[in-house]
Amino acid sequence: MQSWIPLVPDSASTLSWKVDALYFYLSGVTLFFSLLISAVLIFFVIRYRRRTPYEIPRPIAGSHKLETLWTIIPFVIAMTMFGWGAQVYFQQYKPPANAIEVYVVGKQWMWKLQHATGQREINQLHIPVGRKIKLIMTSEDVIHDFFVPAFRTKMDVVPGKYTTMWFEATTPGTYHLFCAEYCGMNHSGMTGSIIVMEPREFDNWLSGNAGSGTPASQGQQLFQSLGCASCHGQNGEGGRGPTLAGIYGQKTQLQTGESVSVDDSYVRESILNPQAKLVAGFGAIMPTFQGQVSEDQLLQLLAYIKSLAGGQTQAPATAGTPAATNARPAGSPTQNLK
Amino acid sequence: MRPIEYYEPPIPSKVNYINAQYGLKSWLLTKDHKRIALLYLGSITFFFFIGGIYALMIRLELLTPQGDFLQSATYNKVFTQHGIIMIFFFLIPSIPATLGNFLVPMMIGAKDLAFPRINLLSWYIYLLGGVITIYALLAGGVDTGWTFYTPFSTTFSNSYVVATGLGIFINGFSSILTGLNFIVTIHTMRAPGMTWFRLPLFIWSHYATSLIMILGTPVIAITVLLLAFERVARVGIFDPALGGDPILFQHLFWFYSHPAVYIMVLPSMGVVSELIANFSRKNIFGYSFVAFSSLAIAVFGFLVWGHHLFVTSQSVYAGMIFSFLSFAVAIPSAIKVFNWTATLYKSSISYDTPMLYGLGFIGLFTVGGMTGLFLASLAVDVHLSDTYFVVAHFHYIMVGGALMGYLGGLHYWWPKISGRMYPEGWGRFSALVIFVGFNLTFLPQFVAGYLGMPRRYHAYPPEFQVFNVLSTAGASILGFGMLIPAIYFVWSMRYGKRAEANPWHLPGLEWRTPSPPPTENFAVTPIVTWEAYEFAPPEETQVVGKFGPELEQI
Amino acid sequence: MADVINSHATTSEAHHHRALQHHFENMEQQREAGTLGMWVFLVTEIMFFGGMFLAYTLYRSKYPAAFASASNHLDITLGAVNTGVLILSSFTMAMSVYFTQVGKRRPQILCLVLTLVLGLTFLGIKGVEYHSKYVDHLIPGHLIPSSPFLENEAQAREHGLHLLEGASLKQVELFYWIYFAMTGMHALHMIIGAGLLTFLLIYSIKGRFDPEYHSPVEVIGLYWHFVDIVWIFLFPLLYLLGRHLEHGG
Repeated sequence: MQSWIPLVPDSASTLSWKVDALYFYLSGVTLFFSLLISAVLIFFVIRYRRRTPYEIPRPIAGSHKLETLWTIIPFVIAMTMFGWGAQVYFQQYKPPANAIEVYVVGKQWMWKLQHATGQREINQLHIPVGRKIKLIMTSEDVIHDFFVPAFRTKMDVVPGKYTTMWFEATTPGTYHLFCAEYCGMNHSGMTGSIIVMEPREFDNWLSGNAGSGTPASQGQQLFQSLGCASCHGQNGEGGRGPTLAGIYGQKTQLQTGESVSVDDSYVRESILNPQAKLVAGFGAIMPTFQGQVSEDQLLQLLAYIKSLAGGQTQAPATAGTPAATNARPAGSPTQNLK
Repeated sequence: MRPIEYYEPPIPSKVNYINAQYGLKSWLLTKDHKRIALLYLGSITFFFFIGGIYALMIRLELLTPQGDFLQSATYNKVFTQHGIIMIFFFLIPSIPATLGNFLVPMMIGAKDLAFPRINLLSWYIYLLGGVITIYALLAGGVDTGWTFYTPFSTTFSNSYVVATGLGIFINGFSSILTGLNFIVTIHTMRAPGMTWFRLPLFIWSHYATSLIMILGTPVIAITVLLLAFERVARVGIFDPALGGDPILFQHLFWFYSHPAVYIMVLPSMGVVSELIANFSRKNIFGYSFVAFSSLAIAVFGFLVWGHHLFVTSQSVYAGMIFSFLSFAVAIPSAIKVFNWTATLYKSSISYDTPMLYGLGFIGLFTVGGMTGLFLASLAVDVHLSDTYFVVAHFHYIMVGGALMGYLGGLHYWWPKISGRMYPEGWGRFSALVIFVGFNLTFLPQFVAGYLGMPRRYHAYPPEFQVFNVLSTAGASILGFGMLIPAIYFVWSMRYGKRAEANPWHLPGLEWRTPSPPPTENFAVTPIVTWEAYEFAPPEETQVVGKFGPELEQI
Repeated sequence: MADVINSHATTSEAHHHRALQHHFENMEQQREAGTLGMWVFLVTEIMFFGGMFLAYTLYRSKYPAAFASASNHLDITLGAVNTGVLILSSFTMAMSVYFTQVGKRRPQILCLVLTLVLGLTFLGIKGVEYHSKYVDHLIPGHLIPSSPFLENEAQAREHGLHLLEGASLKQVELFYWIYFAMTGMHALHMIIGAGLLTFLLIYSIKGRFDPEYHSPVEVIGLYWHFVDIVWIFLFPLLYLLGRHLEHGG
């Protein structure tokens, strides 16, 4: 990469070229106007230089026509930039429905990642080409930012909430991962790699790195060991506490009368601050688990609850070999609505 | 041929504001806006050098990819302090507190600002804030980034956050009082005949700047105060571990800090209007459009803060609104650039140093402003956020824009302020050196940013080294270039050629008193009967070109 | 023509008022500048308090039950009395300005004294309230080491703080944090106002003000009214939340 000086980083995601195209448009317009203004300035400065010490040029008051022209034209150009940028942004922002989920916890000064199939990684993320990957991220301490220049995307990783980003890699290779929000002493050391592999290689990697269980299965263990089952039932069927099976992605009614979506944030909040949004018809008896579960464990519990789709557990399909693992049974609706 | 000084020159006077009274007390307890301007000039130059030394340390460290010059913790303090000093203690006060204080009363025909004692108070408040901040720097420094994002600044940083915050809080009042003074002065103390649309555009800019100062600064004041209290009392407004919202801090912070950048650049644009008109001997093309653009920038500037939060998980719809408004705020600036350029058409341009700075401003501000469009554009900003592209963008505006205007203004009004001329040859030379050094420093950073080099990085991957080496080379040229005026301005105070009342032969009201002016500016209040930048009555204008005698409209 | 026409005195006054500052042309201009200056300053104060109002709004919508619980515990009687005191003080201040304008010195001084007394009454009552917060362990965090914030619900009940459904102590602490920040900042402005009133009083007794020169009275009156208005917003937002809940159910 040192042999010639490139102007853009590697293009490795489906959106990279779109961002680059807009960038080149912006660069072109910038170059055009900068050169135009500079050229006009230099021309005027030479052509109208002072020739005699006492000359005074004729005053020119202005021109409404010109003012209108050079208000409208820049505004129109600006709107094209806005529109194009907003359109690509919408694609960047909205994670597609059938993405593989990876859970990310950022902390000073490292990245902890866990695949939905259980593999854990530190400062590295192996992903297959051609699959949509969605990251669900949070921080254990301060704000970080998960930045992959090759994918032209980043998202802040904020303590106290989940943020998401998605991408689909197009080219195998190893790409930089940077932390892009100043986070303290070793901010510049909080870097890593995204390793994009061909689907076959990725499967090999998966099987060679069988983790300690999927986040969902680890979440299940926590569900038991933390005593959630005593109120919510062995399989989330409910009891003294609301039913959890099948609840993810649905709307639920609160005591105050309003209804909320059971999304990632609501699940997390309910574990840490159960009194905040009580489900209608249940007493305020759930204790808080603030301080007793780490961010990793919260993500695992979340994965478990998501997996309780009407009582069936499901592991997300891996790239290219849907027959090898528990594929989603045909006909059962996916619960991963967010 | 009739000389262009067709008005009566002022009665020369041996007593001026500098020698009217001697002694430290007469300076430290002065109510004269001109003396207060000089007090500010000394202090902000001091802070500029401190900020500059930090900049030098940053660029030295970034020569090599490894973090080998400074320790990581030190580096973090250095870039934080570079930002804090340069923004709060140099850029924000720079033009308003020095050139503004000196010239606003003179340009409108007044004897002083509306509240001279509050003016002096604002300088002492500035000093107090500065002293507290310097104490924080010497005691151990602050490492949160000038943006103080939470919860790092409330909970995790082990540095002097509260002391620095206090210094910034106090300094904010200096800004507020200066803005208040300007607004009241411009409204109530214009000389007879000085209608709003006869005001120099320098005044319009300072008026718009003052609006931002008084509306925005209180918000950063309360934000910094809440931050400090949270750090001390450990109650969570911003810390999520205590139930607070870290993004709330960012909203409150940027609600001021975005308009703040217009505080930094609007006065400079006002200076540029003066430079372009006066050194091409022509009224500004589209005067009222430039005037209203200043106000538009001030108003719109308050509506775009969310473009600093595009990647913070802010809602996508909020993102779109802020993106749209951010494009809208660029339009008035573009209008100004076009009007300045059009002013030069069929004018009579001299190549004096101030004009060089004015031209430099137009070119560099165009690049800086247009690279801002990259950052307003949502999809591209997602990639460029927190990279060196952003750093390059704002340095083009702050240094290529604001600083150029400041230096141009200093040179332009130096004879009025000091009664001496600076050496013109050295002036032009240093302007050129600064221009070249500046571009070499920051142009490579755009490329490095798009390639993915994040900002605030102490060590970086080797593929970014070539850009950093170019940048550091440029920085040393830039630093050298800026030392030259520092030397010759001081030199000129003793050895410079004595300046007459109106050395540039210009019609502005400030040139109709002696150089340096007497304490009361004008012996008697002038009555204004001419338009802004009226170089000669139309019927006496020597024709440059082949048009008829009436005022020309294209 | 572009001459600088030298003008002599622009007003017909042969003398200058002793209070005319030399950089102003006449008293009219000086008065106008002073009044505009105070209005501009008050706008900055609105922006300053605005940040805190924003924080209040956000956290109230986030934690309504906690805010209602905490607000119920505030002493509504004292708060209402204080509101009345301040409104009355604004009236006496306005009367003082009026009397200065018409040159009636005795009533003007009397009204100033009343305003000052009422202002100090407000501060006194505030002090009583703050003291009861100290006794009830409601000062956030460990600001007062000897009296840290309530630690658990039992202790809260002991001190008369009843937590509504869905409220947690941490959120209640946040309410009190905002309460002290806002009322404390307000009280600071009142203290400054009291100081300004004292100056006014001294100068009034010395006879410095007359119908031609009363701008300081007017301008400080503006400031006083502003401080009053801030309280009129603070009172319902801090004291009157959820009162209907308490008595209704």
